[in-house]
Amino acid sequence: MPQIRLENLVKRYGNFEVLHGINLEMEENEFTVLVGPSGCGKSTTLRMIAGLESVSDGEIFINEKPVSNLEPKARDLAMVFQDYALYPHMNVAKNMSFALRLQRRPKKEIDEKVGVVAEMLGLTKFLHRKPGELSGGQRQRVAMGRALTRDAGTFLFDEPLSNLDAKLRGQMRAELALMRQQVQKNMIYVTHDQIEAMTLGDRIVVMHGGYIQQQGTPEELFKRPANKFVAGFLGSPPMNFLEAEVQDLSDRSFVSGKGFELVLPEDKAAAVASSSSKAVTLGIRPSDLHYSPDAEDHESVDLQVIVSEYIGAQSVLLCDCGGQKVEVELKSETPIALGETLRFAVNREGIHMFDRETEVAIR
Amino acid sequence: MSVAIKANRLTPYMFLAPAGVILVFALLYPIGYMVYASFLDWSPSQRIGQAEFIGFRNYVNLWGDEAFRESFWVTIRFAAIVVTLEMFLGVGLALLLDRNLKGMAVLRTVFILPMMIAPIVVGLMWRYMYHPTVGIFNRTLKSMGFEGVPWLSDSTWSFIAIVIADVWQWTPFIFILALAAMQSLPRSALEAAEIDGASEWQKILLIKLPLMMPVLIVTLLLRLIDAFKVLEVILVLTNGGPGLSTEILALRIFRTAQEFQELGEAAAMSNLLLMLLMALTIGMFAYNRVQEARVARQRAAAEKDDD
Repeated sequence: MPQIRLENLVKRYGNFEVLHGINLEMEENEFTVLVGPSGCGKSTTLRMIAGLESVSDGEIFINEKPVSNLEPKARDLAMVFQDYALYPHMNVAKNMSFALRLQRRPKKEIDEKVGVVAEMLGLTKFLHRKPGELSGGQRQRVAMGRALTRDAGTFLFDEPLSNLDAKLRGQMRAELALMRQQVQKNMIYVTHDQIEAMTLGDRIVVMHGGYIQQQGTPEELFKRPANKFVAGFLGSPPMNFLEAEVQDLSDRSFVSGKGFELVLPEDKAAAVASSSSKAVTLGIRPSDLHYSPDAEDHESVDLQVIVSEYIGAQSVLLCDCGGQKVEVELKSETPIALGETLRFAVNREGIHMFDRETEVAIR
Repeated sequence: MSVAIKANRLTPYMFLAPAGVILVFALLYPIGYMVYASFLDWSPSQRIGQAEFIGFRNYVNLWGDEAFRESFWVTIRFAAIVVTLEMFLGVGLALLLDRNLKGMAVLRTVFILPMMIAPIVVGLMWRYMYHPTVGIFNRTLKSMGFEGVPWLSDSTWSFIAIVIADVWQWTPFIFILALAAMQSLPRSALEAAEIDGASEWQKILLIKLPLMMPVLIVTLLLRLIDAFKVLEVILVLTNGGPGLSTEILALRIFRTAQEFQELGEAAAMSNLLLMLLMALTIGMFAYNRVQEARVARQRAAAEKDDD
């Protein structure tokens, strides 16, 4: 199986540079997710790997072979498109076997392959239908089936689930994860949805503004975000950010701002000490705030509830903390009233700090 | 039902009424007149009331008329040949010019210019170019040491000459429709084909042309209907000659009325041509209907087992 490497990949449209030197290495059989807001360059990167966009500068290596000047068909890829890109005039079987028929494989082999993949995706009884006669979810499956039948070395997915409604998307996400276990191939998956990224990826690459912000396992990115953007992008509800100052006292360091003062754990204190900046942005995920009326002063924050969003077992509370907004999660049965001030203990591991100027994590 | 509701229901018809009146006077009346005239033995010197009613005799006469059959055959041959050539050239050009190069917009505009020239002017222009001594074709041939070609005086060459002129004028029509169809093709399906390993030719044959087919079929029928009615260019170029070699039906009708003064017979021929074109038009509508019905059926099927 090939390994894929991007070296200083640059994309320009005229004088406008949209990708600024992407360096990325993907291991064999790895499921890599490129994630970021729209316009971050993730789709462009994928389309360059596919050969649908030209490479302005830099090189793409597949198995150590430079491929940026090769036709898409010479790169041994299969791709699933956002709008499925099925051939409307061919039935499902013909759609799935198109690549194999172009390769003039024997009919028996083609029928067998299509049969196996159709069985796996539950498409067997739709093989003679045209794409127009299928529902969105079924079309999505055909698109997936076409890529699988192709039996290529690398699979590319360009936001494959974004045209589906929420319920179907969850279902297809689970099916994808299942397929992932059965098919050991390189997979590169582009999405703007951080939940898809977290649940599917072996490795997540967060992109923003044409740069890679951080890459690593979902856990690494979630627990040790490299900067404020990554911290805010991953996780739901998103991380809370509060303007704060760091104060060093003789024995302990504090991070404080309007309406809160927290003692810093030693490793964080050491990190801040070696950093030049005392003006920081404090980041705390809602999941690191626990309702605890008896918590110590310096290990908790007091929040005034503004809005409570009931979403079932949990409610999301939007609160005020010295003029800044903070979101927390709370068991729905907890008796609270709007306007009430509640005390939330802060998980020590959950304190993140970012340089207010550069937004880089201090750690 | 109250008066107000009744008046409301009638409102749309009141708005349609002017158009209906125009339709009756400008379209149905002349056609009815023509159909009626086709049953008369009528010369231009008579008022229509004085003409003798002869039933289907005009049509029977046409059946036995060698010249009419010849011109009918010329028309069919002409339409078949020009439309085939124009389809190939128009679609071919569209395939070639469907790309974003500098100056392509200008080039496309230039390509559709012939379509905008009045047919009489096209006829005159080509007549000068086909002129046996001063025309550009023969002068060029002679300067290169070849014999001149009897463009308009030989029966085979004159047929070729009118075909060339028509292809020149009407290929752009197919070109722009084909180009529009091509540019509305789903881009991602073509990209998928590229990744699936299709070469440029395979993309054209297996994806582009099949997807363009509905538009191309309608274009073909439109062109066919037009080709059956062509008159001015040929009238100016050859006036149907030499002999009857380029006398298409429209020209035959024109001459029957104008030269032979047989208004009844001319009306009968017009009717036949009208029926032929009606058949094509109905064919086109039927095709559209079938397409629409298929799409509707597909959508219904898709919605039924939407999960």
